[in-house]
Amino acid sequence: MKRILLGAGLGMAAALALAAPAQAAKTLVYCSEGSPENFNPMLNTTGTSFDVALPVYNNLVQFEAGGTKVIPGLAESWTISDDGLTYTFKLRAGAKWHSTNDFKPTRDANADDVLFSFNRQWKADHPFHKVSGGSYDYFADMAMPKLLKSIEKVDDLTVKFTLNSVEAPFLANLAMPFAPIMSAEYADQLLQKKTPEKLDQVPVGTGPFQFVAYQKDAVIRYKAFEGYWGGKQPLDNLVFAITPDAAVRYAKLKAGECHIMPYPNPADIEAMKKDAAIVVQEQEGLNVGYLSFNVTKKPFDDVRVRRAVSMAIDKKAVVDAVYQGAGVPAKNPIPPTMWSYNNAIEDYPYDQERAKKLLADAGLPNGFETDLWAMPVQRPYNPNAKRIAEMMQADLAKVGIKAKIVQYEWGEYRKRMQQGEHQMGMLGWTGDNGDPDNFLYNLLGCEAARPGGSNLSKWCNKEFDDLAVQAKRTTDIGARTKLYEQAQVIFKEDAPWFTIAHSVVHVGLNKNVVNFKMDPFGVHRFLDVDLKQ
Amino acid sequence: MLRFILTRVSLVIPTFLGITFLTFILIRLVPGDPIEVRVGERGIPPERLAQFRHELGLDQPLWQQFLDYVGNVLSGDFGVSLITRNSVFDEFVTLFPATLELAFCAMLFATLVGLPAGILAAVKRGSLFDHGVMGLSLTGYSMPIFWWGLLLILFFSVGLGWTPVSGRLDLLYYVEPATGFMLIDTLMAGEYGAFWSALHHLVLPTIVLGTVPLAVVARMTRSAMLEVLGEDYIRTARAKGLADRRVIGMHALRNALIPVVTVIGLQVGTLLGGAILTETIFSWPGVGKWLIESIGRRDYPALQGGVLLIATAVILVNLLVDVLYGVLNPRIRHAR
Repeated sequence: MKRILLGAGLGMAAALALAAPAQAAKTLVYCSEGSPENFNPMLNTTGTSFDVALPVYNNLVQFEAGGTKVIPGLAESWTISDDGLTYTFKLRAGAKWHSTNDFKPTRDANADDVLFSFNRQWKADHPFHKVSGGSYDYFADMAMPKLLKSIEKVDDLTVKFTLNSVEAPFLANLAMPFAPIMSAEYADQLLQKKTPEKLDQVPVGTGPFQFVAYQKDAVIRYKAFEGYWGGKQPLDNLVFAITPDAAVRYAKLKAGECHIMPYPNPADIEAMKKDAAIVVQEQEGLNVGYLSFNVTKKPFDDVRVRRAVSMAIDKKAVVDAVYQGAGVPAKNPIPPTMWSYNNAIEDYPYDQERAKKLLADAGLPNGFETDLWAMPVQRPYNPNAKRIAEMMQADLAKVGIKAKIVQYEWGEYRKRMQQGEHQMGMLGWTGDNGDPDNFLYNLLGCEAARPGGSNLSKWCNKEFDDLAVQAKRTTDIGARTKLYEQAQVIFKEDAPWFTIAHSVVHVGLNKNVVNFKMDPFGVHRFLDVDLKQ
Repeated sequence: MLRFILTRVSLVIPTFLGITFLTFILIRLVPGDPIEVRVGERGIPPERLAQFRHELGLDQPLWQQFLDYVGNVLSGDFGVSLITRNSVFDEFVTLFPATLELAFCAMLFATLVGLPAGILAAVKRGSLFDHGVMGLSLTGYSMPIFWWGLLLILFFSVGLGWTPVSGRLDLLYYVEPATGFMLIDTLMAGEYGAFWSALHHLVLPTIVLGTVPLAVVARMTRSAMLEVLGEDYIRTARAKGLADRRVIGMHALRNALIPVVTVIGLQVGTLLGGAILTETIFSWPGVGKWLIESIGRRDYPALQGGVLLIATAVILVNLLVDVLYGVLNPRIRHAR
């Protein structure tokens, strides 16, 4: 029965009382919103589960704090071959593994660990492939099995990835939470002890914090890793206090029981901003909610009708009423936090007279009848699709369009929309790798316009698609930015979507928290965060 | 007595089957299966979906799944959580002590306050105290738990700073779980500071969870006492010149307790139901919070196993109450 004293506690203070000047341990408490599924982000798809693994692991490359730019991680440098098919990573020498009661590493991170971490997800005959259910959703979703030709160890600190086709976002994929580097030595040991699933429950990484303990559904404890290659963190301990109710998280923040709380109730945000002891950070989420026009169905095959609907709906009123401060009207298909966002684009104005005129030009002076699909569940980019559908219905009625709201159970809804059964329907997207390709090619490219594909509008615009494909095959980010900016102009002119909103995400911080940056991907990172004392 | 207990136990079997069937069917009526809930907007290619459904046994006909499940449960296998891949039984056993500790404290609170309040209200029938107790208990009974919990947190924890907002123990302490009951574990570890902290953390959730049973116990005690106090044997006792305290304490209370004990037993079900909400508000790591998350993730095995195990606990307590009832009132155990 042992007790570990954490934080600037009385016991610690007493123990240090003789050793003046006493420097109390710094413990940051993060009131997280839910329990993780496990501690292996390869297996998960939720931000809650990613958050608990991020302090522990490093990827080959990582996103810069608060941004979507890719910077070195466990790999200190890399080169891309001229044909864009080979990526050679040079690993950092001397990157230490955490140790636990059961595992004492005998070597630093090397190429074997990289091979282990990717092969587990990639090769069906890998001894760890089936462990813990083996559903590597993100690895599959980012088309890694199709993309990867080989991964080879060149020497202990050099790994070469060869691709089947040029894919500029590949580097960003490697920075995503699903691609952490795990210890092959630890995995081997666990396999010998016949407890391979422990790899996913007691994480060992090279990251800034090392895992200490998880009391199910209650508390997750980490301590700063002294041997971290980036230097020891300013914090000594990091604690996740699992607090599912948003009102209670806010109460804990106010009472000083936690330093950081994610996802406050929108209704509390005003009061939080007025509280001198609390700092509220906000940022547009990496997402978009939209209304898709199925261009293969009448009358939406006519761009004038798509533009007319875009002008007939009062977007600002919808966002104000439904998002209640937790959303901003969207004009582009990608969110403003993403590189290449084209701010010069002007949205369609809310102008019902012009909408009527456009309808008359399109031969529909008396409007038309259509369906209007609304998803049955709350999503990060759309808190209440039904309510939005009702507001749209009322606006459209004023220009003579009779919209009938259609709803299905969520799984069914998504499937039918992907088949293109709708005329008009709402959905949205949350970005994966911070690359515009993830939105523009994935949701609006010609390949995705097939039945069952995620281009719900079934909109295949040659000019747009050429730009998106060209950008995918170009590794220079400056050139890619220009291509994507141009693609957004075409998108707006041809109006396959009525872009509704990007959600706005909030985080409440105790005013003593220093250097916390909101992450555009919606995860929460604690690298280099500090507490003023 | 043995025969009485055996009869009671045999009645439990159909209840079990019914509960197993209901939870099995109800969770499957909720739209969206575990895989679809996980994949969100991106969807999943049909062949991968089929592969996962096959691995989880979801491609079997429903009756087959049910029979397999019942067979496994009968051999003591509650399955593996689809999300965490841990044994459902192990997860339940890890979390249940937290729920039990909270429910026990809430029941203790309800009984210790409700019983005397009910007795006094009955003895002082029609007094201001009586009206006060009855009014308050009606209010307590009708209050939504969620609202009541937040109100107490805002007043006592945020406003006055007397109690912690949520959790089971101050984060300063880390006590290795031995029994899972925080009060016992902290004492066993010899950590008196941690013990106080655990006690502190129990105050608000106990009050919140105990409010409804408290109201029920107080009202029930009052009406049972009133009935007993009107009986002939009470008049006889009084006529013999016995002291009021003895008449009420010995003669009246013992007889009035019979319906009260029944009600307390029945409240166990209510308590575990209430625990789901209370645990969510107070971030209490018990089975209630676990079940709520399992619903969201469509974790069928966890949900089925959890509900079945909770039902077992409730049935056991009711069985115990039935037996206790027999002890309190010999007429019941001899009745055919």
